[in-house]
Amino acid sequence: MSSSSPLEAPAAPASPPAPARRRARPGRQRLGRFLLKRIAAGLLLCVGITLVSFLLTQLVPGDPVTANLGQQASADPAAVAAFRHQYGLDRPVPVQYLVYLGNVLHGDFGMSQQSHRPVSTDLAEYIPATMELALFAIVVSIVIGVPLGILAAVYRDRWVDQVLRVVSLAGVSMPTFWIALLAFYLLFFKLGVLPGGGRLDPTETPPTHTTGFYTVDALLHGQWSLLGSALLHLVLPGLVLATYTVGMLLRFTRASVLEILGLDYVRAARAKGLPERVVVLRHVLRPALISIITVAGVAFGSLLSGTVLVESIFSWPGLGQYAYNSAKNLDLPAIMGVSVVVAVVYIVINLLVDVLYGVIDPRIRLS
Amino acid sequence: MAPLLEVRGLRVALPTRRGPQLAVDDVSFDVDAGEIVGLAGESGSGKTMTAMTLLGLLPPGARTSGSAHFAGTELVGLRRRAFRDVRGRRIAMVSQDPATALHPILTIGTQLTEHMRHHLGLSAAAARARAVELLADVRIPDPEQALRSYPGQFSGGMRQRIAIAVALAAEPQLLLADEPTTALDVTVQAGILRLLDRLRREKELAVVVITHDLGVLSAVASRVHVLYGGRLAESGPAATLLTRPRHPYTRGLLDALPHPEAAAAPLRPIPGAPPSLGAVPPGCPFHPRCAFAQPSCRVDPRPEAVPVDPGHRLACPPDPLRGRPAEPVAAVRTS
Ligand SMILES: Nc1ncnc2c1ncn2[C@@H]1O[C@H](COP(=O)(O)OP(=O)(O)OP(=O)(O)O)[C@@H](O)[C@H]1O
Ligand SMILES: [Mg+2]
Repeated sequence: MSSSSPLEAPAAPASPPAPARRRARPGRQRLGRFLLKRIAAGLLLCVGITLVSFLLTQLVPGDPVTANLGQQASADPAAVAAFRHQYGLDRPVPVQYLVYLGNVLHGDFGMSQQSHRPVSTDLAEYIPATMELALFAIVVSIVIGVPLGILAAVYRDRWVDQVLRVVSLAGVSMPTFWIALLAFYLLFFKLGVLPGGGRLDPTETPPTHTTGFYTVDALLHGQWSLLGSALLHLVLPGLVLATYTVGMLLRFTRASVLEILGLDYVRAARAKGLPERVVVLRHVLRPALISIITVAGVAFGSLLSGTVLVESIFSWPGLGQYAYNSAKNLDLPAIMGVSVVVAVVYIVINLLVDVLYGVIDPRIRLS
Repeated sequence: MAPLLEVRGLRVALPTRRGPQLAVDDVSFDVDAGEIVGLAGESGSGKTMTAMTLLGLLPPGARTSGSAHFAGTELVGLRRRAFRDVRGRRIAMVSQDPATALHPILTIGTQLTEHMRHHLGLSAAAARARAVELLADVRIPDPEQALRSYPGQFSGGMRQRIAIAVALAAEPQLLLADEPTTALDVTVQAGILRLLDRLRREKELAVVVITHDLGVLSAVASRVHVLYGGRLAESGPAATLLTRPRHPYTRGLLDALPHPEAAAAPLRPIPGAPPSLGAVPPGCPFHPRCAFAQPSCRVDPRPEAVPVDPGHRLACPPDPLRGRPAEPVAAVRTS
């Protein structure tokens, strides 16, 4: 997983339509069509990603038969033939791709060489762990970063802004491992207020499985002490993961709010005698959100890559650790599985960003 | 009866890298209820800054002196909180380009009703009903539908009408229209000017039309004040100023306009460019570009606008244009 994954910036907001008078249809219909178009594009992208991922495995040297069946079974011609047939390896490459695509669609990514389990089983276990951590971190980042960014912009060049400038600079420039060690030492080792790692204490058994998100599962089944413990365990790795994105969102929110504060329509809003709170929250923040959402999407991507490090420091049994181990052992099916998952996550984020654009900006919805 | 707005010796100093610089320097004028007054001058002459003073929306760090008495309230030095009750409620603004002054992603309905509700304390339903009336009043077809639309769905002229409706929503007494027609083509301009004139008559609305185009003022303004380099060059009844200008600068502005009867006549722009902030030359600010400049024009003190006829003030001691025959009013735009 790296931050150079296929997260492309969504199209810039369209300029206002031509001056000719155009009537709005009921917005809902158009929004529906807009969403359908976005979803179709997302699906197409997914197919493209599997193709790239498939072609990469064709290029990487290594025999999938030995890799998947192990030394002993690959000595048995019948087993080899069965395997080659199951994964379509006895057919031409384009057909192989279709078979692969079909398997992926059925959730079959092959066997992991390290865990000797289906990759899909591994993924089902690790994805919720990582998603829980990453979602916690992005929510924390947005809840802290965006309001502070607004504050910094509104109090530009005053002491609030100066302090926040240092905060955001520290957030984006301090190395994650250093923050992690510092936080670990202080909050776990010295003060002992937070658990030092894992999703739960070793003595606790996970909540009844429904979603794989411990907090959600504990909540769903009323396992309150587990909920508390799961939340506590999230805090340390979650905050460490969020330091960078808080700084990033703070900085960016400040910049985009400042840019909009200088526009004519904000002066017009002030000239109407509206309270400053309404001017900032309605007239400034709404348009600023269009770009803030883009950055939040990028931030989520960077969080995902950050999990590789944070998960291993806080022994968080997630996708980051799994990806790291698969890469280290050249576990091709696992690597491909992780790549597809990450790609899908990126696509979903992009889709979400696009949808939110359409919700916020009528110019996109109506064009 | 005292004028609705009485501006006396207004000065506005804006912060620059070279310290505070006067963007408005000793400007005085009156506006009566139900009157359209023109504020004219080239770019940078201080028109917008004068208007911003009346709204309490000067850039941070700006310093003001003099007085601007508005219906019993002194606006110069008015505290921020008190200004919020004036702004939008008693003095409203329509600015240059409705394409950028209306909020692109808020519905017309929101933009029309939010300050109405804030200032007049109307319920959502009452505000909406009034919004429909306002839109109908500025001749927007199908107002109900328009309330649900966004600015991008209207033409420039329509947007300017909507912006005027927004400005009038909280029933202000004074409307500051900063270049209300600049972004529009000629026929649409005429429509907007007719609209302002009708609102003046029907609602006793006072309007200050800010423009660099004297032709825009000829049809609607009763008095015109010409600014140059932040100072009043000439001010007086529109009919006099536009037919028998006494200041070479006013003359120059008129000569730069196309004449309706002589469409083929070449336009004669004023040579040179207006001074930028803090670079206003000593003496008469206009002297470097003036064909009639004399040595006395080039040295301080700056000429003050003094009465030359009833209601007519001139800041040009040599007065080289006195007694010239009247000329046709340039480019009447509402006919
Ligand atoms: N925020 C600001 N800070 C510093 N100087 C400014 C600021 N805004 C305007 N000025 C300067 O103040 C002077 C007067 O500007 P003003 O906007 O009042 O001119 P104007 O007559 O409205 O011109 P225009 O026709 O271009 O709108 C100009 O020299 C301008 O450059
Ligand atoms: Mg201006």
